[in-house]
Amino acid sequence: MRGLPIFAYISVMWILIIIGGGLLVFIIAPISITGYGKLDHILDSGVKAVISISLVVAWIFIMSKIKNWIFQRKVSH
Amino acid sequence: MMMDRPIIGIIISVIAFVTVYFTTPLLIKALAKRNMVVKDYNKPQTIMVPRPGGPSILAGILVSEITLYVFLQSVEILAIIITTSLAFFVGLADDRKVLGGWFKPLALAVAAVPIILLGAYVPHLEFPLFGMVKIPELYLALIIFIIPITGNTINSIDVLNGVASGFMTIASFALTICLVVIHNYDVALASLPLGFVSLAFYKYHKVPSKIFPGDSGALTLGAMYGSIAIVGHVEIIAAIALLPAVINSFLFLSSVKRIIEHRQIKANPVVHTEDFKLQATTDKAAPVTLVRLILAQGPLTEKEVGFIIFKLGLFSAALAIITSFMMGVKP
Repeated sequence: MRGLPIFAYISVMWILIIIGGGLLVFIIAPISITGYGKLDHILDSGVKAVISISLVVAWIFIMSKIKNWIFQRKVSH
Repeated sequence: MMMDRPIIGIIISVIAFVTVYFTTPLLIKALAKRNMVVKDYNKPQTIMVPRPGGPSILAGILVSEITLYVFLQSVEILAIIITTSLAFFVGLADDRKVLGGWFKPLALAVAAVPIILLGAYVPHLEFPLFGMVKIPELYLALIIFIIPITGNTINSIDVLNGVASGFMTIASFALTICLVVIHNYDVALASLPLGFVSLAFYKYHKVPSKIFPGDSGALTLGAMYGSIAIVGHVEIIAAIALLPAVINSFLFLSSVKRIIEHRQIKANPVVHTEDFKLQATTDKAAPVTLVRLILAQGPLTEKEVGFIIFKLGLFSAALAIITSFMMGVKP
């Protein structure tokens, strides 16, 4: 079937989005930084932002590797 | 003024469809008269196609959304109207004058500001199966990012006759269904015009195109889609329905490794066979795109490539609808 690897790629992206949501809700969201007074809120948001951005970078890296694995031979042909 | 939602839905859908259906032929004549035409590079003969179709798309959206605002008077509809209109002017500026690769993302980020100023958002991200996260500060940054991403994503898939409008029809109707599934009926109503405007425009944009949407049309559609995702609180679902277009942008950016305009590409990802079918290039300097991947298994006509993209759109739409049923369901 024409485009089958792209359907597979979309499916993988969908699964990674759902797994990423689980990581955010269960691991990153509960993180709480205390003991720095007024800075607590800013530090808390900053740490969560850094972890979230790292997750996005990891997601892009994984998608890029999967893309190469699925498509590289096809394109070079 | 109160009226049953289904009746309001029918009224605004008819208004959106009819406005674009009847204004587009007038726009085609007006653009042709002013010689505002561009070459259709995927045809064997020299065919000049009027561009941009953005004004008729915006007319359909404005007339139907303003009608809806008269009925519902919600700040969400107002935010959709303003952000979409600003995105149209960003696109129109790019249609009239060649602007740098960074202009559109930055200008579209500014177009997102009315959503923040009007407070037409909920600063939480809702995920399927697992619930939501409260991100009050981060969400503001997310709003600023979403509109440029959706705008440019639709713009980047506008490469073949009928693809942008046809794909947008599929994605926006899927989004409407998802909004109904999660019981967000008012924003579901506000999303209806996007599907019907895209459908009416597709009549003139399909192979062989009688008009191209241009940046003003593509950015208007994309920005409205992003606005609905934000005010309807369906950011993740909206991203899933848009996955084929997201893949196209992702492939393009990961191969050129910087933000540039399509017109700045040195090697074309697609070439033509002798019988003028589309064929993936063997030039390694050319960027990888969705169309190039589809053509990797052999040449196809422009219409056949478009239908494969629509099948991918329908598949993503189905995943988005499945995802909407997973919202609020905790394991």
